[in-house]
Amino acid sequence: MPLVEFHNYSMGFKDDDGNVSNLIDNLSFSIDEGKALGVVGESGCGKSMTSLSLMRLLPDAAVVQSGKILFDGKNVLEMSEKEMEVIRGNRLSMIFQEPMTSLNPVLTIGNQIGECLLLHHPDLAPDEIRARTIRSLESVGINNAEARLSQYPHEFSGGMRQRVMIAMAIINHPALLIADEPTTALDVTIQAQILDIMKGLKGDSGGLMMVTHNLGVVAEICEEVVVMYAGRAVERGTLKAIFDEPLHPYTIGLMSSIPTMTSDKSELPAIPGSVPTIYDFGKGCRFADRCSKCMERCMREVPKSLLVGKDHIVACWLYPEGEVV
Amino acid sequence: MEKGGPLLKVEHLTKLFPVKKTRFFEEQRHVHAVEDVSFELYEGETLGIVGESGSGKSTLARAILALTKVTSGTVIYRGEDITDFRVPPAKRKLLHSELQMIFQDPYASLNPKIKIGEAICEPMLANGQARNHDEAVKKTRHLLEIVGLRAECFDRFPHEFSGGQRQRIGIVRALAVNPRVLFCDESVSALDVSVQAQVLNLFNALKKEFNLTYVFIGHDLAVIRYISDRILVMYLGKVMEIARYDQLFSDRAHPYTKALVSAIPEPSTAARKERIILEGDIPSAVNPPEGCRFCQRCFMARPECFEVEPDFYEVEPGHFVRCPYMKGGE
Repeated sequence: MPLVEFHNYSMGFKDDDGNVSNLIDNLSFSIDEGKALGVVGESGCGKSMTSLSLMRLLPDAAVVQSGKILFDGKNVLEMSEKEMEVIRGNRLSMIFQEPMTSLNPVLTIGNQIGECLLLHHPDLAPDEIRARTIRSLESVGINNAEARLSQYPHEFSGGMRQRVMIAMAIINHPALLIADEPTTALDVTIQAQILDIMKGLKGDSGGLMMVTHNLGVVAEICEEVVVMYAGRAVERGTLKAIFDEPLHPYTIGLMSSIPTMTSDKSELPAIPGSVPTIYDFGKGCRFADRCSKCMERCMREVPKSLLVGKDHIVACWLYPEGEVV
Repeated sequence: MEKGGPLLKVEHLTKLFPVKKTRFFEEQRHVHAVEDVSFELYEGETLGIVGESGSGKSTLARAILALTKVTSGTVIYRGEDITDFRVPPAKRKLLHSELQMIFQDPYASLNPKIKIGEAICEPMLANGQARNHDEAVKKTRHLLEIVGLRAECFDRFPHEFSGGQRQRIGIVRALAVNPRVLFCDESVSALDVSVQAQVLNLFNALKKEFNLTYVFIGHDLAVIRYISDRILVMYLGKVMEIARYDQLFSDRAHPYTKALVSAIPEPSTAARKERIILEGDIPSAVNPPEGCRFCQRCFMARPECFEVEPDFYEVEPGHFVRCPYMKGGE
């Protein structure tokens, strides 16, 4: 049984008049125990809303429209807030993008990490909490952890704060760790350090869901990839399938528009236009107006997600044949 | 200016910021933001400046453009000393138009209450690039079309545009005064990858059309390598390496550059080389290490590195490295 399963999940946002505009449409994917899944796409594609849906931390204006999100076989969308509190930060935990704003500036690091532990294990002795906090900080490569427990967030650099966030997220040995752009705010040499730590953690943690716009980070860590565009999963499959034989024009466009250290200096094949906002989605394929291979059908009908190869699913009318999933 | 000479020459430029004292008898300390930076910029080239946050890239650009007062050193533009723009007022106007900067944050650098057309006309009129308002409007509409925005955009407000469009507006505003050298400070960093590619292509196209010279500042080495002819690598206020873009992979590259190159996660499934992971963070620029600036994090550091500041060596034609162990012949 997969650890997490999104089943035709749809959500949207309510405006002041109560009208709901759909963002995430019919999203389905799963993460197996011990596997790392990358969710990639540009800003406004619904990546963060996907992870927040799973954590049940959606903003007030968000409305779940249909579908299921199964975690440990139970639908998180139907859980009570009490039940959620038990698994959130415990079986299910998340690293946020901004290490600068996600820590409380007036509490010591030791206090903040210890709180996560205490919340889920109220009968632990203070000594034990301290010992486990130190162990957790050491596991993310923070030297002199014992002394740093009594320090405040402002005494840590950006990379160090992100390590603290990771230490906090893994202290209860979560079954699934969600990382939302964990390295975006960091310098490349620090990013390399953090990726190294996350790769080390992969062995002993359960599943990992990596939400990022950086395809390099995905290639580094993940085994499976979901490419999202404007709230829909346009392509998903193994890392090899997506990176070596991308099929969807958006995936292909995204891959070729990034300058790499080995690319030549000819003009970059850029995708024209930009990601539409939630109010400008077309009736058919949401990528249609930016797609170089757009057909008449694409404007009218929403492409179905079809299985076109082994573990390779694509939603594009260019590939109309395959098993419906 | 002699023919074939550099368009802009920066010599031993230093910018120190004083640190606020906490005790009366304390010795005055400084943030060594930019220290002893020298380089030449030739007409028609794109010079990339790359480094991590806190390495002094932006301060360097600001010091050259007299947006912050330099502590010491000189800036020579077309054979003339323009340090801090200490030139006659008539000349200063010309300098302000010929050397332009495009800022990082397209959201923060536009006034939300001014229509973008007017925001572009203003520098044109202030600088004498247009005789009257009508001429400025005409020129603005033309420029908007060149960067791929519709002329109707003239009467819109900044909030009506997406990030990529706002960056284009920033470019138009810089182009409005007929610049020769454009300093682009992290101009594509805030953009999504598909839009970033569009804007990079636009920069390349404009360079040809308007005969521009770019100084392109960024932290993403792959982007900088793509857009630049030559690259200057900064670390903690000092230039560690100046190389042609294709010399970055050279065995003779500075250890810091090697680490930067290897730290970039490449979007491919190919087997990757053993990564060089640097320990620790960039040290504080208030008390920069003695000896080589990079010694504390260098994976090749030898005892001498902690004592003596290394010189700049030309290891290959046009390739300068601040590391004695890369010069070879040992």
